[in-house]
Amino acid sequence: MADIATSAPADSGETRRDFLYLAATGMGVVGAACVAWPLIDTMNPSAEVLALASTEVDLAPIAEGQRVTVTWRGNPVFIDHRTQQQIQQAEAVDVEALPDPQPDSARVQKPEWLIVIGVCTHLGCVPLGQKAGQDRGDFGGWFCPCHGSHYDTSGRVRRGPAPLNLPVPPYTFADDTTVVIGEGEQAA
Amino acid sequence: MSGFQTNSRVIKWIEHRMPVFSFLDHAVGSGYPAPKNLSYMWNFGSLAGMTLVIMIVTGILLAMQYTAHVDYAFDSVERIMRDVNFGWLLRYIHMNGASFFFIVVYIHIFRGLYYGSYKAPRELLWMLGVVILLLMMATAFMGYVLPWGQMSFWGAKVITNLFSAIPVFGEGIVTWLWGGFTVDNPTLNRFYALHYLMPFIIVAVVILHIWALHQFGSNNPLGIDAKGPQDKIPFHPYYTIKDTFGLGVFLIAFAAVIFYAPNYMGHPDNYIPADPLATPAHIVPEWYFLPFYAILRSIPDKLLGVIAMFGSIAVLFVLPWLDSSPVKSGRFRPLFRLFFVLLIVDVVALGFVGANPPEGIWLVIGRVATFWYFLHFLVILPLLGVFERPRPLPTSIGEPVLRGGGAPVGATAKPMEKA
Repeated sequence: MADIATSAPADSGETRRDFLYLAATGMGVVGAACVAWPLIDTMNPSAEVLALASTEVDLAPIAEGQRVTVTWRGNPVFIDHRTQQQIQQAEAVDVEALPDPQPDSARVQKPEWLIVIGVCTHLGCVPLGQKAGQDRGDFGGWFCPCHGSHYDTSGRVRRGPAPLNLPVPPYTFADDTTVVIGEGEQAA
Repeated sequence: MSGFQTNSRVIKWIEHRMPVFSFLDHAVGSGYPAPKNLSYMWNFGSLAGMTLVIMIVTGILLAMQYTAHVDYAFDSVERIMRDVNFGWLLRYIHMNGASFFFIVVYIHIFRGLYYGSYKAPRELLWMLGVVILLLMMATAFMGYVLPWGQMSFWGAKVITNLFSAIPVFGEGIVTWLWGGFTVDNPTLNRFYALHYLMPFIIVAVVILHIWALHQFGSNNPLGIDAKGPQDKIPFHPYYTIKDTFGLGVFLIAFAAVIFYAPNYMGHPDNYIPADPLATPAHIVPEWYFLPFYAILRSIPDKLLGVIAMFGSIAVLFVLPWLDSSPVKSGRFRPLFRLFFVLLIVDVVALGFVGANPPEGIWLVIGRVATFWYFLHFLVILPLLGVFERPRPLPTSIGEPVLRGGGAPVGATAKPMEKA
């Protein structure tokens, strides 16, 4: 800028003015962005919402083969007390051939308890399969009625538009029959 | 373009200090000359404006009775339906008004498509119209969420989840839209705030739309420019009365639906309170979104599906530069006419696909129709301008009428007494 200013013709005031315009506009943009951020951020969940605790579930009454839905952070969480057959079915799958490759062992802490967030990873519907008589899809897990995604007994997407497996929430076993969803390590 | 005249002292007093009367006269009065051959297809612009007013008036009154909270929203709407004086009428007008607004606007858009109203020098006018369409869609979507029924909730969930398809930032954007981990009370509150705000933004863009319109005036069924004052008639009283007549016909149809089939275009599942733990077996959007929904579902990839859906509207923004033919009106473009009819069939087919589950034959039709939609705008229209041989244009707006031949418009028209 300085070079241009000195090499400019006699009425070099134009160049100085240009510089001032640029500098003022630049500051204005930065200032506007600084003001905009708090406004935008008010729409994000607040710390009080983010802290929305954990859900404690008593597993004792859940019989083998039974599925139970609980609510965590407003979303349904599927708890599936899997049978030996379902576990074997989930483990026998060729992992590399999956749309979102994950071995069953990376999705459970105890093989008989599958715990996943029951929200289809396509557009957020709740897949069917929790209640007796509902369509469980072609792979024995869950079936999303909205756009036809099929999940297997490990909650992994096998067919349909969903890009990812049903996510596993962080959880810990407080004791043998109690699980706390929302606390502990995030599974892979 | 005669100057504004009055004998009223009061009007003169105001006019001198703020020329509002001459402004109105120039905008929608006798001081605004319009082509003399406008057909009833030109009614739908002012009709859309009237519908917007109806929606704002009923909406403000509904807002006085509605409670935007997940625990009370559904019940407050039921209270409007059962207890509030004429609440049922207000809600049925507002609810069906949304559908009628889209009917009117879709006809308005297809009229523009057929008669080439998007071509120079009206590109900006057209683009402002597309902006209005987008704003209308956002407003209608958020309004549909407010009763907090099952379709409200799951519609909101599915549509907001579209944004999760955006790479890297998707999840953050969706959480920001929701204000939480799922569609919940913060979402309902902000949708209510925005649903109240956006109609007024639409009003502002409508004013820009009319401003741009008045720069060159209306296009007309022949698509040729007026050659002089003999080709035009004053907007008032000729088109004010024609628009008013059209409004009357429109209101008869509107009232028939409000009073005799108010839920015909709705979905019964929305009379079930929202349940975040159970998705209805068959989610469908409101009918006016079905073609876009069909495009979304026709593409097996999540991100590409979302891009195609938004692209189907984005393509309208660049339409003035895609259609290379210098001839505006479809009347003089034999091939374009054929493809225009195919486009209508295509969009209607997409609507049916959107209403049905994406399986079997519907999936196939959906994919073909989606492909054809983009083919029409991106390939056929640019090529038509090169290969099509348009029929000869009349030399003036008056010519086909006065000579009683040459162009199809003259087939039944006899010379007017005064025009």
